[in-house]
Amino acid sequence: MDRLALDVAHLFAGGLVLASFMLLYQDRMFGLLNIFALHALIVSLSVAWQAHIQLAPHLYVTAAIALVVKAIIIPVVLHRIIVRLGIHRTIETVGGIGQIMLAGIALVALSILVMLPITAQAGTLTREDLAFSLSVILLGLLMMISRRNAVSQVIGFMSIENGLILAATAAKGMPLVVEISVAFSIIIALIVVGIFLFRIRERFDTMDVHAMGRFRGGQP
Amino acid sequence: MTEFGPILVMAILVLPIGSAALLALVPDTRATGHLNALASLLTFLVSTSLFFVRPEPGPFLIVDDVNVVFIVLTTFVAFTTSVFSSSYIAHELDTTRLTPTYLRFYHAMYQTLMFAMNLALLSNNVGLMWVAIELATLTTVLMVGLYRTPAALEAAWKYFILGSVGIALALFGTILVYLAASAVVGEGLDAMAWSVLVKRAASFDPHLLNLAFAFLLLGYGTKVGLVPLHAWLPDAHAEGPTPISAVLSGLLLNVALFAVLRFKMVMSANPGALAPGPLMVTLGLLSVLFAAFMLFRRHDIKRMFAYSSIEHMGIITFAFGMGGPLANFAGLLHMTFHSLTKSAIFFSVGHIAQIKGTQTMSEIRGLTVSHPVLGWGLVLGVMTIVGLPPMGIFMSEFLIITSTFPRQPVLAVALGLGLLLTLGALLLRLNGLAFGEPYGNEAPAQASFIPMFAHLGLVLAAGIFLPPALVSWFQYVAGLLG
Repeated sequence: MDRLALDVAHLFAGGLVLASFMLLYQDRMFGLLNIFALHALIVSLSVAWQAHIQLAPHLYVTAAIALVVKAIIIPVVLHRIIVRLGIHRTIETVGGIGQIMLAGIALVALSILVMLPITAQAGTLTREDLAFSLSVILLGLLMMISRRNAVSQVIGFMSIENGLILAATAAKGMPLVVEISVAFSIIIALIVVGIFLFRIRERFDTMDVHAMGRFRGGQP
Repeated sequence: MTEFGPILVMAILVLPIGSAALLALVPDTRATGHLNALASLLTFLVSTSLFFVRPEPGPFLIVDDVNVVFIVLTTFVAFTTSVFSSSYIAHELDTTRLTPTYLRFYHAMYQTLMFAMNLALLSNNVGLMWVAIELATLTTVLMVGLYRTPAALEAAWKYFILGSVGIALALFGTILVYLAASAVVGEGLDAMAWSVLVKRAASFDPHLLNLAFAFLLLGYGTKVGLVPLHAWLPDAHAEGPTPISAVLSGLLLNVALFAVLRFKMVMSANPGALAPGPLMVTLGLLSVLFAAFMLFRRHDIKRMFAYSSIEHMGIITFAFGMGGPLANFAGLLHMTFHSLTKSAIFFSVGHIAQIKGTQTMSEIRGLTVSHPVLGWGLVLGVMTIVGLPPMGIFMSEFLIITSTFPRQPVLAVALGLGLLLTLGALLLRLNGLAFGEPYGNEAPAQASFIPMFAHLGLVLAAGIFLPPALVSWFQYVAGLLG
C-alpha cells in the first residue's frame, strides 16, 4: 500500500484516540462539546480518507453523515439544551483526573496488546485502525462510567460510536456500513431528543443521574 | 409451492410495518386495539405457512430449520399479547392514564417492534440482524417510557443507555466476524451472510473469532438480561405498560438469545476457536443464582416476575451452553414454555395491577377470593413457572438437570439449588397474593382471559403429551445447534 495513504490514515486514527483522551479530562460542558465536535470531525475525515484510498464511494455518505450530524447538528443542539437547562458549570468526575488518565493509558495498551497479535493476517492499515478503534471504544466506556452527568454520558456514548464507525470502515469492503451509520444517527438523535423531551432536569431537578436512584422502586 | 416462498417471507415483514403505518394514522381508539390484534393474527397465520414452504436463502433473508421455531413462537405470542393488549389498553383509556395520541403511538410502536423482531429472526446478514435488534431496542425504550412518570422515564433512560452500549459492543463483534470471514470468503455481502459463515467457519482465524464472540456475548447478552448485564431489565419490565412487559420477557429476550446462538454455531464450527459453552454456562448459572436470591426481597409484583425472567433466561443460556442434543432440546423446549408461561403471568398481573391500582405486593391480597378466575390463573401461572409437574416447564427443567448430571454434577447441583430457591421465593409471595383476606379494590375484572388460559393450557398439554412430530422437529433443530 502507498506509504502516504497509510500515514494519513494513521494520523487520523491516532488523532481520534488523542481526542478521546481530551474528552476524558475535559471538565467544562462547553469545552466537552467542542472536543466532541473535533472528535466527530476527525472521524469524518478518517472515513473520507478511507473512501478515497479504498475506492469505496459509498463511504463518503458515512463521512458526510458524521460531519453534518455529529460535528455540527448535535453539538449545536446540545449547546442550546445546556444553556436552556442552565447546567454550564464545571462537571465533576468520580475519580481524580490523574487516575482516569492512567486508566485510559492502560486501556489503550490493552487494546493494542489484544488487537495487534490476532489480526496478524490482515493488512497494516486494518490492524492499526482496529487497535485504535478498540481504544476509542474502551475510552468511551471509561468516560461513561467516570461521569455522573447525563449529557457527558451521552457524549461518551457518541465517542464509542465514532470508534465503531472507524472500525467498520477499516474492515475493507464491509457491506451495510452506510446503513449502520444511519441507524446509529437515529439512536443518537433519539438520545438527544430524549434528554430534552424526557426533561430529565425538570423531572428530577438535576442532571445528575445518580439522583435517579430514588425512583428505583422495590421499597414500599 | 416454493415460488410463493419469497412472497410469504416479505408478508411477515410487510404486514407489521404496514399496519404500524396504518395504526399511526387511524384515530379511532376503540377500533385500533382490534386492528392491532387482526394484523398480529394475519402475521401469525402467514408465519405458520413457513413450515410447509421454504424459500431459497437470499443474501439478506433466510428461512431455515432453526429460525422457523423462533418466528412461529414470536408471531403467536405477539398475537395473543395483542388480544390482551386491546382489553388492557381500553382500561387505561377509561382511567385516562393514556391519551388517544399516546395510544396511537403505542400501537404503531407495537407493530414496529414486531417488524423488528421478525426481521432480526429472518435476516441472513449479521449486519441486518444487528440493525433489526437495535430497532427493537429503540421501540421498546419508547414504550417503556410511555407513562412518563419519573420512574418510567428513569427506567427508559437506563434501558436506553445500557441497551445502546450493549448494542455498540455487539457491532464491534460483528465487524470482527466480518473481518475473520472476509479473509476466507472474500469481501462483500457473502462475508456477512449467516448461511455462508456457518459453512466456511472451519477455515476462519480462530483468534479473531474468539475476540468477536466475547464482544457478541457481552453485547447481545445485555439484551438477553444475563447477570451482570441485567440492570435495565427489572426497571423496564416494571414501569412500562404490561403488554410490553409480556412481549419483552416472552419475545425480545429470545430474539437476543437467538443472535447469540447463531454466533455460537459459527464458533462451534471452527475447531481452533474457544468453546463458547463454558462462557454461556457461567453467565447462565450466575443469572439463575443471582435472580433466585434477588427474588426474596421484591415488593413490586412486575419487578418480581422480571427477576424470574432473568432466572429463566439464565436456565436457557445454561442449557444451550452445555450443548449436545439433549441439553439443546431441553433448552428449546424451555424457551418455548417460558415465553408462553411468562406472558400468561404478565397478562394476569396486568389486570390485577389495573384493578388494584397498585403494583406493590403488600397491597394485593386474597385474589382467589375476590377475583377467582384471575387469582387462580395467577396461581396456575406461578405453579407453572416454578416448574411443578405436570406442567411443561417441569419437563424441560428436569431434562436440563438430568442431562447435566452425568457431565458436570457440580453444575447440576448449583442449578438445582437456584431452582429450589426460586420455587421458595415465588410460592412465598404467591401465598400472600392469592390467599387470605381480600384487600384493596374488589371491582370485578373486565378482562379477556382467553390469551392467559390458552398459553397455560398449551404448556399443560405439552407437559402431559408432547406430539411426536414436535419432538422430532425440536430434536432435529437441537442437533443443528451443536
